[in-house]
Amino acid sequence: MILHPGIIALLTGALIEVALLIYSSYIGLVIIMRWNANSSTEEQLSLERKTYLVSTIMSFVLAFSILSTLLFIYTVDGMHRLFTGAMCATGSLNANPVGWYALYMKISIFFLASIWIAVNYIDQRTEDSPLVKKKFILLLCITPFLFSDIYLQFRYFLGLKPNIITSCCGSLFSKEGGGMAGGLSGLPTHPMEYIFFSSIFIYVFIACVSLFSSKGFIKYLTGLMAIVLFIISLASIISFISLYFYEIPTHHCPFDILQGHYNYIGYPLYISLFGGTVFGILTGVGEGLKKSRLLTIQINNLQRKWTITSIALITIFALICIYPMIFSSFTLEGY
Amino acid sequence: MGKHIKILEFALSSLWRRKYKNLGIIMVFTLIVMTLSSILLLTYSFKREAFAILKGAPELIIQKIRAGRHDFIPLSYTKKIREVPGVGKVIPRLWGYYYDISTGGNYTVLGTFRGIKNSINVLKGKFIRHGESGVCVIGKGISQARFAEIGDRIPIKGADGKFHSFRIKGIFGADSNIITNDLIIINPEDFKSLFGIENNIFTDIVVQVYNPSEINNVAARIKALFPDTRPITKKEILRTYDTLFDWRSGLVLTMFAGALLAFVILAWDKATAMNAEEKKEIGILKAIGWETSDIMELKFWEGFVISSLSFLTGLIGGYIHIFFFGASIFSPALKGWSVIYPDFHLMPYINPYQIAVLLFLTVIPYMAATIVPSWKASITDPDVIMRG
Repeated sequence: MILHPGIIALLTGALIEVALLIYSSYIGLVIIMRWNANSSTEEQLSLERKTYLVSTIMSFVLAFSILSTLLFIYTVDGMHRLFTGAMCATGSLNANPVGWYALYMKISIFFLASIWIAVNYIDQRTEDSPLVKKKFILLLCITPFLFSDIYLQFRYFLGLKPNIITSCCGSLFSKEGGGMAGGLSGLPTHPMEYIFFSSIFIYVFIACVSLFSSKGFIKYLTGLMAIVLFIISLASIISFISLYFYEIPTHHCPFDILQGHYNYIGYPLYISLFGGTVFGILTGVGEGLKKSRLLTIQINNLQRKWTITSIALITIFALICIYPMIFSSFTLEGY
Repeated sequence: MGKHIKILEFALSSLWRRKYKNLGIIMVFTLIVMTLSSILLLTYSFKREAFAILKGAPELIIQKIRAGRHDFIPLSYTKKIREVPGVGKVIPRLWGYYYDISTGGNYTVLGTFRGIKNSINVLKGKFIRHGESGVCVIGKGISQARFAEIGDRIPIKGADGKFHSFRIKGIFGADSNIITNDLIIINPEDFKSLFGIENNIFTDIVVQVYNPSEINNVAARIKALFPDTRPITKKEILRTYDTLFDWRSGLVLTMFAGALLAFVILAWDKATAMNAEEKKEIGILKAIGWETSDIMELKFWEGFVISSLSFLTGLIGGYIHIFFFGASIFSPALKGWSVIYPDFHLMPYINPYQIAVLLFLTVIPYMAATIVPSWKASITDPDVIMRG
């Protein structure tokens, strides 16, 4: 294990998270089993009060896990100097491959957590909290993710040994690299550019239509399309967007753009992409919750805000991607 | 939005009404942040200092190893190393350590070699001319420890038991202190007779490599050519320093885990212990229409104000401690020690990452510790409290 201040901070945070999670999952379980909105017993009253506590704890834990994802990426990226052969986060993650699973887990938690916070927000703003049971069932579904995230993070950091020689992004994200990363890097550039830009266009179009249409179908489509766009965007970043930032036609790494060498451009890039995707998904998820009249009014208001935010963020993301393509002297014509 | 600002305003005024009670927690919180930020900032400046020094270090050094120990390297090795493609200058060096009984300090003794004048040039007096013997150039630390000025003589006890004396020709200035403080430079011939070293052997060999990305390949070539050598690249040295300082600061941080835990318990206790007046206040707020979530927001803002105030004060305190008082509390643990230790000023530098790490170590535990107590406070029934 490496006694790095960033690692100690992450692990301390993780321990606090575990303690809070165990407590709130227990209460969540009791609420699911005993909740009865029509009852006026003392037990129901105390459960109603406890929902406030669990909501606060969960908002705290989820906000924390989003922050810890950023800190995790930055720590892992900064740690590459400790490993022979590593040049960015890829190298540090390869030093103990469990790190990759920890990263995937953190990304899934980011999406699930955002959905939960949104559901909780709707529930608290609507009279007689119609979504209590649903939100606590969702909470119990997220808990195992959080636990495994913490477990993987511990295993990753405890298993790091600085004398391991790791392979770096140059060999993993290259056409010869093999595996999924190699396959993504090998995607032909020109068709990928068409797919990427047309899917951004389609997404923004559908989202705009959903602003003016009251049909449920188009809102679900927005949510679905957000997921599709997210996957295409990640593939495009590896396939051609990163190349424009590096100005090297063979370097496909999705992590190097997070470094100061490239003005930390990766942070606004990923934050706008992730944010835009989340708000797009929420538009679809919100549609599925319109079960009563009160909820429908509440959700309709929010959906509008979410869709506009999503369109704005995705546009920012697209602009960041386009910027180097137009303003740098580097072109990918030959490839 | 307006509602949140009003609640924040109320939180500020209620904190002010109980300023002495809150001052206790703010002071402890500030102290914790100051301690931890001192450790983090100090480590970071040491790292930067070390990297700044190593910037001028040779890219590749070749040492000879015999039975796992460092040994002198024969001159004949340089010829073959020069033939490796991509290699520029190959410079054999003579250097060693000398323990001086009179001052109790360890000196680094270095024989002059080609190009040395270009690497260290901050100098009072003159440098040793080629072939000039019986003279030396010393660092400021040695000059101070032995009260020696230019023109004085420094006696050094040789391997033969006799004293060899060297006239001081120049003294290095304070600018290069961290490299030259304990340094004595003498003629290579003098070096050999002083330490009883035979001709044609050297301490190590510095190899210049034209293309920086070829350094590892050149090192591998040399290792294959001479299996009894150990090539050391600058990158490896940098990495070792990086790991070392991270490890040291991690160790000191871990030692403070107990203090952090005590602080969390204090925060929990302070948040739980409400006097009758505070309870009454919450009861009245609820009676006039505040909801449970509003009270929780109030408590959240109170915690937010306390932690941001303490965090900023602590961070500034840590900064002052390090960059104006030379980190007098922690530097012995993190710096290392020696009799003739360079006296250097640390470069002030804070980056967002350090702040994020600090937030994770202090504010997040504090927030977590106050969630349950503030919930307990906010669910109190108005009628129960007001009835007394």
